Amino acid sequence: MTAGGTRPLIGVLALQGDFREHEAALAACGTASAEVRTRAQLEAVDGLIIPGGESTTIARLLLAYELMEPLRERIHAGMPIWGTCAGAILLANDVPGLDRPPLGVMDISVARNAFGRQIDSFEADLDVSGLEGGPMHAVFIRAPVITRVGPGVDVLARLSDGRVVAAREGRLLATSFHPELTQDGRMHLLFAAMVADAARTEAA
Amino acid sequence: MSSNGSSNGAGSSGGETATWTVKAGLAQMLKGGVIMDVVTPEHARIAEEAGAVAVMALERVPADIRAAGGVARMSAVDLIESIQEAVTIPVMAKARIGHFVEAQILEAIGVDYIDESEVLTPADPAHHVNKHAFRVPFVCGCRDLGEALRRIGEGAAMIRTKGEAGTGDIVEAVRHMRALWDGIRRVQHSPDDELASIAKELQAPLALVQEVKRLGRLPVVNFSAGGVATPADAALMMQLGADGVFVGSGIFKASEDPADQLKLANSIVKAVTHFRDPEALADASRGLRHAMRGQSVAQMPAEELLAGRGN
Repeated sequence: MTAGGTRPLIGVLALQGDFREHEAALAACGTASAEVRTRAQLEAVDGLIIPGGESTTIARLLLAYELMEPLRERIHAGMPIWGTCAGAILLANDVPGLDRPPLGVMDISVARNAFGRQIDSFEADLDVSGLEGGPMHAVFIRAPVITRVGPGVDVLARLSDGRVVAAREGRLLATSFHPELTQDGRMHLLFAAMVADAARTEAA
Repeated sequence: MSSNGSSNGAGSSGGETATWTVKAGLAQMLKGGVIMDVVTPEHARIAEEAGAVAVMALERVPADIRAAGGVARMSAVDLIESIQEAVTIPVMAKARIGHFVEAQILEAIGVDYIDESEVLTPADPAHHVNKHAFRVPFVCGCRDLGEALRRIGEGAAMIRTKGEAGTGDIVEAVRHMRALWDGIRRVQHSPDDELASIAKELQAPLALVQEVKRLGRLPVVNFSAGGVATPADAALMMQLGADGVFVGSGIFKASEDPADQLKLANSIVKAVTHFRDPEALADASRGLRHAMRGQSVAQMPAEELLAGRGN
């Protein structure tokens, strides 16, 4: 972990998926980032993004490379974490049909491939609470939806039919869509602010 | 890239479906992963268990297509559907080059990606499928930058270098990946006013050549295919600039034993994740009994090579 006073470092889990797009989005926001594939790399970051990818694959690789438990410990110790799409699935404490247990750290239920197969993937404009500057253009690819939120969870965005696609519980952030595939850096800025807040709190 | 106007539609979600962004976006989610050829639901489950990001549903792996001879066509619909039922990761399937009706059928059964593939016997000697007309995304093979950009111009949302399928010989995969990056570097270092001539020479759309210069890479994800048989082969292709790897015959032709198949599949996945870490690669290579026997491309007669199909 970085010492108090230095800029917080955001890790991007780089086992599989669109981690380079997250790194580019963080760089565009002026935030330092590092790829995380090993336990030592995980220990060096102040926050972590779990990118889009295949949730089944990432869950297996977390177990195979012995990162699941260390990651869970860091999250329980207060490390901010943001899951996009596959990442959101891994955060949830209830995912019907996922045969490997996900991280299970966030009090939400998530339905995988909630919209169908690839031909049903879509783009839509969303109002995200807490983000200024109008609706966010969101890309959904074989996307999950959040079907239940626990009492401590804030819903940040819904589709026009009411389904939940973004939520926050303290230092945990989950989005069904992929801000890293657009030029809109507001979600990355929001997460960078969460990481900076957490680092300040830890240092105090 | 422009969006893909005519085939867009409104989904149940109220959003816009089948846009260029969502077609090319699925391939973004596959990056850093391994896509495995499978011929049965059992193989598909082994692939998923090993951490494959997608499977390619086939009746025969390319090595067996070579051995069988005859006309190789789209796989049986029932077989593809049984594989779709067996796994939750994306399922791809192959259509013959130019066979847009096979592609229509694959779209109708809901495959996640269509591979318009030289491994099957081409159906059209001159034309590829107009992939813009489909809602499902396509992956196509290439041997160099011109071929890649022609396919993207036709609507391919993902590219794979062809290699020589079913041989277990990595030499053609290396040749095509190096040729592709050589072309990209040349475009990158050429002045803007020479791009039109380069586009003409590449027989590729100028707008795509300009985009390659701007990005310093292809505008879509590029995997390596055709000859990967070992973890070292897979990491070699990643270090040469692939975004991920297709493994065709390499896993399920190496051994009949499901335990061996799972171990080799696991090892290749690990090699792709940790492709720059020699210790992890040594670890991934440990305990492997044997790779597929393979066939040296240099000793094969030209008419047996698949990569020249479709240009």
